[in-house]
Amino acid sequence: MKGMYTWSAILVIVFASVVGDVLLARAMKQVGDVGALRRRAGLGVVIGRTLGNRNFMLGVLAMAVAFFSLLFALSWGDVSLVAPAAASLTFIGNAVAAKIFLHERVDRRRWIAASLVAAGVALLAG
Amino acid sequence: MTFRKYLVLAGVTLFAAAGDAMLSHGMKQTGSISLNHLQGVIFAILNPWVAGGILLLLAFFATYMTALSWADLTYVLPSTSLGYVLLALVARFLLHEHVSPLRWFGIALITSGVGFVAGGPALTEHGHEFAEDSHATEVGAGSHLLAKDARNGARVEL
Repeated sequence: MKGMYTWSAILVIVFASVVGDVLLARAMKQVGDVGALRRRAGLGVVIGRTLGNRNFMLGVLAMAVAFFSLLFALSWGDVSLVAPAAASLTFIGNAVAAKIFLHERVDRRRWIAASLVAAGVALLAG
Repeated sequence: MTFRKYLVLAGVTLFAAAGDAMLSHGMKQTGSISLNHLQGVIFAILNPWVAGGILLLLAFFATYMTALSWADLTYVLPSTSLGYVLLALVARFLLHEHVSPLRWFGIALITSGVGFVAGGPALTEHGHEFAEDSHATEVGAGSHLLAKDARNGARVEL
């Protein structure tokens, strides 16, 4: 029963951080190349445009949800299960979500990279 | 990818790893925080390690957002995962913790994953015309996509 709580919390963490990462990535693509924008318009414009972006704010909110569900999951399950499981599933989830929602060209090279990193993270923290 | 952009990616990696390490060191000094004793959070923030860790994680967030403004999510995430490797090396050589063979294998997997993604283009999306520095890569990726679409189209017609 406790295991089911822990795994549901892990799934919530993964879902919230994938949503957060996708929203933040989309927001920053809308803001545009930060380096070029800063040279052209100054740092104030960069910060203003970032904080004024709706996707950015929703992304930060999703990240906060992920953070607090991590705290809950850690109080139910072992850190050696929760942290690596959440981190490595997030890598895979992000690859899928970036392909569907951000239209990134996730080719074989990137699938292999995401899977190797996910497996490595699971081993490292396990 | 310019040298400056590699510096930003290195910043994402270093700030995340160092921030996490400082935060966990500080939190071990302040002790556990429970929902019943939320005032413990304020004491935790007064700890210099925790405060330093929070500052570093803010720096991480700024560099992460910068990287996402000109690179794909599926490029930034794997290429900055070297931070996990860095933490394991710090644990082994500075903190003299034991790193098991399985963990060394994990380090090897992450490193080879980073090698895979680093060999490819940083930006593959199309439809965003804001990135001024990377027109060359965008055009390159765009024409590649066109070629792929053309092939798919031919296949559909067959």
